[in-house]
Formats: sequence, structure tokens, C-alpha cells
Amino acid sequence: MQIEMQNIYKAFGQNKVLEGVHFSLEAGEVHALMGENGAGKSTLMNILTGLHKHDQGTIVINGNEISFKDSKEAEEAGMAFIRQELNIWPEMTVLENLFIGKEMVNGFGVLKMKQMKARAKEVFKTLNISLPFDKEAGLCSVGEQQMIEIAKALMTEAEVIIMDEPTAALTDREIEKLFEVMKDLTKKGVSLVYISHRMEEIFAICDRITVMRDGKTVDTKKIVETNFDEVVQKMVGRELEDRFPHREAKLGDVVLDVKGLMKKGMFEDINFSVRQGEIVGVAGLMGAGRTEIVRALFGVDQIDRGEITVEGKRVSIRKPSDAVRNGLAFITENRKEEGLILDFSVRENIGLPNLKSFAPSGLVKTGDERNFADMMIKRLHVKTSSAETIIGTLSGGNQQKVVIAKWIGTSPKVLIMDEPTRGIDVGAKREIYELMNELTERGIAIIMVSSELPEIVGMSDRILVVHEGEIAGELLKQEATQEKIMALATGGN
Amino acid sequence: MKLETTGKSGIWQKFGPLLALVLLFIVITVLNPSFMEPNNILNLLRQTSINALIAFGMTFIILTGGIDLSVGSILALSSALMAGMMVSGMDPILAILVGVLLGTIMGVINGILVSKGKMAPFIVTLATMTIFRGLTLVYTDGKPITGIGDSVTFQMLGRGYFLGLPVPAVVMVIAFFILWFLLHKTSFGRKTYAIGGNEKASRISGIKVDRVKVAIYGLAGTMAAIAGAILTSRLNSAQPTAGQSYEMDAIAAVVLGGTSLSGGKGRLFGTLVGVLIIGTLNNGMNLLGVSSFYQQVVKGAVILIAVLLDRKKS
Repeated sequence: MQIEMQNIYKAFGQNKVLEGVHFSLEAGEVHALMGENGAGKSTLMNILTGLHKHDQGTIVINGNEISFKDSKEAEEAGMAFIRQELNIWPEMTVLENLFIGKEMVNGFGVLKMKQMKARAKEVFKTLNISLPFDKEAGLCSVGEQQMIEIAKALMTEAEVIIMDEPTAALTDREIEKLFEVMKDLTKKGVSLVYISHRMEEIFAICDRITVMRDGKTVDTKKIVETNFDEVVQKMVGRELEDRFPHREAKLGDVVLDVKGLMKKGMFEDINFSVRQGEIVGVAGLMGAGRTEIVRALFGVDQIDRGEITVEGKRVSIRKPSDAVRNGLAFITENRKEEGLILDFSVRENIGLPNLKSFAPSGLVKTGDERNFADMMIKRLHVKTSSAETIIGTLSGGNQQKVVIAKWIGTSPKVLIMDEPTRGIDVGAKREIYELMNELTERGIAIIMVSSELPEIVGMSDRILVVHEGEIAGELLKQEATQEKIMALATGGN
Repeated sequence: MKLETTGKSGIWQKFGPLLALVLLFIVITVLNPSFMEPNNILNLLRQTSINALIAFGMTFIILTGGIDLSVGSILALSSALMAGMMVSGMDPILAILVGVLLGTIMGVINGILVSKGKMAPFIVTLATMTIFRGLTLVYTDGKPITGIGDSVTFQMLGRGYFLGLPVPAVVMVIAFFILWFLLHKTSFGRKTYAIGGNEKASRISGIKVDRVKVAIYGLAGTMAAIAGAILTSRLNSAQPTAGQSYEMDAIAAVVLGGTSLSGGKGRLFGTLVGVLIIGTLNNGMNLLGVSSFYQQVVKGAVILIAVLLDRKKS
């Protein structure tokens, strides 16, 4: 199958995700699709597989222009998308998973077990894999589950298989096996789109590479005609404009020190310290363990081992209330799920972590609370009609300011921010950066986890790069570049 | 607490149940004017007090997104223990206090199982409902406990009058004000709403969610045991089957009062109105001579309609 996607545009509301993307796929090739988080890779592939409809542009398959109504139609045309989150029903058997929603039945609706087993055997043979049909899928390894997904794709006679970060959870042996299967598939004429952040793998298995950035195609090249450095450069590409307010860092004493932090299967041997007035950026790919580290640090999840010291005093943090008591504050990456009580007013949300000061005897002094909320609204320029407005009705940027406001009241020593500017517009971003600078001037230390490299480089005094659950490297502000961070994050050096 | 600012639908949510109650009053009075006689109204208040006390505690639990099916059994077990202590000669006041404390402990057990045991409240309290009921049967040997003495103070609790009002109704009113204050004016109340609104965000805001939940289930146990004391006094005995299906009436009252079963939204005043709606229905239908079989049908239908209206407007 030969595919040409030309000049594809797609917007979700005001948010332009794709702006004139070109992408082509030849029969029997492995085509790498690379780009930072949010570059538009998934959206492009969702359009190719019929989940979304493009606003503009053409898709030509084998010379005919095509527009899929829905994902079912795309599937019938031979498209298959294996997502990072595998589509596995863990309580059902391997065989049941293979035929889920597509069971072979006779006229009475009774399953035709014999035919299904025969068909599954056939597909497993082409993949050169063996798995017991009656094993519960949840008991299979991630690699085996991946094979089930690939087998499922072949069942539908897929000619194009898109794989999103297929090796993220695989062992080296499983990756080898996957690559063998991929090579076999291309020999049979199946085309593969390979979305990954792992450079080594891309250079090992892919024939061509397309790099996307900010919703546009930067370049498409044969893999033999490019190299590691060029790809990284194309991925991050943009210049650092004056998006980040300037600040003179005045560093004080070490306020937080972390030694040997470990959580099995998530991260290990995490050591770092943060000084008063310092912004430490934590970079890394999605799933590398960044968020897991800060969540464990705040006691949302439990660590298995490790020492945490705040202002020279060893502390034990088992739950968030321990962290708050010890002067930590945490702005989570998902403000709606974990940052705010959406039915509460702005005042009540700001009051929540501060109930000890507003209700020392248990009786809430609503007047004090309102005064404080009004003050915060003014200082942080929260656009709300009053402190009594229900928070759920505010825009994302204003909600985020309220999340910050509620923690300022606790006078934290260390403020942990996970994706502090996710999903908010440029103007509000700048305000949040200014606020961060202001907080550091007052001696607060900030740990900022972010997927946005410009933000990491533009704001941090020091950058920790996490790769596969370990700190792969530490960069100072002066030496940090997006290329260096990306290299460390993808396992290079 | 937030409803004060949500405009039209908020006003409807706040006063809708009250409006229904007033309508109910009018309809029943038209059909049978004796309904409005002072004696009957006092009677109605006394009848509703037990459900009210249980439903007040239930409101806190439902606000956190939980449920407590065991309150009827807690009522029975604490009632039996109180009666037992009195039969063995304990001072009635002391027996009530100890009995209520035991009810608190039963509630706390629920709370610990729900929060520390991380089990669904429905399952936990379904199990403890059976356990507490079983313990009641074991303790009473399946027979009523009688001969609990003739202490005037104790008899006052269920049958006496204070300033012309039945003592159970007075207890109900006092309990309402204390719990209203607790729910709407203290940080404990704020935390209750916060947990129901978003448990994860509450935890991350440093609220000790487990501790608050244990306290709330303990409170529900306390309220059930106080209701048990009143019932014991009124019947002058402890019945092993006392309080059966009381949890259902309490849940119905909370829901009628506009509290959302998914937590975070509702008011204690709504529950009071809900209790009165159920009490008025019972009382009114008795006055009108509706067969008790039909009464159940009507009660169920009223709950369905109330919840349906609640859905429509949101």
C-alpha cells in the first residue's frame, strides 16, 4: 500500500494541532515518526486511521483520494493502530482477546471455536510466535501482549500498522523479538509507522524518518542519509525567544536533599538537592519516571527506599499531609483531577490547604479566608468576578493560578510543579513564569517537571534529565541546550 | 455551601424540597383537616425524630460519596447493650452514654474498614450490617429485653415533653443545629465536602482523608445509637429486630433533600426537609386510611419523582 498525506490541517477548537503536514508511506517500509510531545504525531496518525477527520488536505492511497468516515472504515481499508496503552482485556484469554468484537459465530450466535483457533494458529505462524490460547492475557508479559495486538492487526488483514512507542515497556529480548517480527512483516509488504523517542532503535530498524515540530513536517529523509545529531536538532529546532522573563538567581542554603530514592519498577537511585531560590527543572520523556519521582517525594505514592532531608532535618513522608507539614507544596500535572475541587468556589479552593490557619479552633473564619483569597486574586491577576465564583467556570490559566495561590498561603519551602503551564495560553504562561521568579526571590525553591524543552531551558537554573527511571545527567543553565537534554533523555550522551 | 451562588438552579435546589413539603402539607390538610391539629403535628415530629437523627449522620457519609447500610443494626445492637446494662442495674444515664459510645465505636470500625482497608463503603457496611445484627441476636438470644426499670429520666427521653414539645423532637432539633454548625461552619465540614468533591485533590491538599472518614462514620454510628436510646425508651424495651430497614428511610431522606449520592453536593437542611417529607407521607397516609401496602408504593414513587426532578434541572 502506498500512502500520501498532503497538506493536512487539523484544529480542535481554537487549538491548531496540524498546519500543513506532509507524510508518505511506501509499501514494505518502516517509517519513523519523531517529534516532541505535542508535535502532532498522534493526531496525524489518528487522522490516517479514521478516528479524527482532517480539516484540509488530501489523503491518497494507491493513487485514489480517500477520506475515512470512521475508524471502522479505515480498519477495513487495512489500517491498524497499536497504541501505547495496549488494548488488552486482562481477564480474558489470549484467544478471546484476538477475536474481541470480531468473534466468528454460526447462525445461532454460538462461537465457532475450531475456526477461530485455526485462524489464530495461522496468524501466530506468520508471526513465528507461540502463546497458549487459554492463557489469561493479563498474565502475559507486556511483550506478549504486544504480540497479541500485532496478531489482532494481522487478523484484520492490515497492510499498514502504526506503532506508538511499542518498546516503552519491553525488555531487550522482547525488543529483539519485536524487530524480527517487524522485519518479517515488511517482507510480506506490510508498511509500518514507528513512533518512538528512542534514537538507537530508529536507526536500527527504520528505512525513512519524518520529523514533526509544532504541527508541521520539518523534514523527511532516508535513515542512511541522516544522523543522530541532525534529527535531534530538527526536533527541537526553534529558537529561544523572549518567552521567559529574566531573573538573577540568588541561591541560598540547601533546603531539600534527596538520597537514594527508589520505587521498584518506577525509578531508582535518585539523588539531588535543591537550594533556596533555585529552580530545578526535571526533564525526560513521557514515562521516564519524572512525575513518579515527584509524586513519591510528596507522599502521593510510597517510596520503597530513600532519604529525604528538609533544611537539614531528616523527614519521613508517607502521605501528602506529611509533605505539607514539612513545607512542601505540589502542583499536579492534572489540575482538574488532582488540583481543584471543581464545585468549590475560588475562596474555598484557596482555603483548602490553609484550613489550619483559617480555622485554628475548627471554626472556619470565612472573613479571613475571603480577605486572603481577594488578595491572591489581585496579586496573581486571576480573572474571576469574585472569590465566590465556582472554580470550574474559570479558564485553564486562571484555574492554574488558583492552584498556585492555594499553596502560597502555606508558605512552602519547596514548591513542586508538574507541567505548570500545560494547556494554558501563552499570555498566562508568561504570568506564571513571572510568578515563579517572584517566589524564588522570596527564597522558595522550585522543582519543575516539564515536557516542554524551551520551558525547561528558559526557566531552570539547573536541569535533571531522567531516562528510564534514573537521572541520566545534570546540566547547568549555562551549558544546557535542548539538544543536550534530548540526547540524555533518549539514552544518548 | 456553594449553592448560594449558583443562581436559579441553586435556588430551586435549595427550596425545591421545601416547596414539595409545603405542597404535601396543603394537600393532606385539604383531604383531612385534622392533620394540622397541634397534637398530630407534635406526633409527626416525634415519629420523624428517629429517622432524622440517623439521616443527619447519613448526610455526612453520603456527602463524602459513601453509604452506610449498617446504621439500623448499630441502632439495634447499641439499644440491646443499653437495655442489658440497665437490667443489670447500671445507672440509666450512664448506660445511655456507654451505649452511645459503643455505637460510635461500631461506626469507627466501619470508617477504618472503608479508609484504611480501602474497601467500598457499600460492601463494608453491608457486611457489618449483618454482623451487628447477628451480634444483637446473639446478645438478646432473639428475644426482647424488658424490665429495664422505671427511671423517670430514661422514660422522659422517648415519651416525655419539654416546653410542650416531645423530647425526641427536641433532641432532633438540637442535633440538627449542632450538626448544621459542624457541617457548614467548621473545617471538619469543609473537609467533608472537599472529600466528596474530589478525594484525590483533597489528599494532595494535605487533608488527612482517612482520619476525616473515620470520624464521619463514627458520627453516623453515634447518631444511630442516640436514635437507639430514644427507641428503647419509647418501647421501654430493646427489640432484637429494631431498626431493620431504617438505613433505607435515612438514605431516602438524604436523597429527597437533594444530596447527591456521588458526594460533594447537598445540605443538612435538605435532609431535615427530606425526613419531614417521609414522615408527613407516613402520617398523612395513615390519617387518610391508605393501606400500608399502598403506602410503600407511594413512598417509592415519591423518591423516584424527586430524584428525576433533581436530574432534569441539572
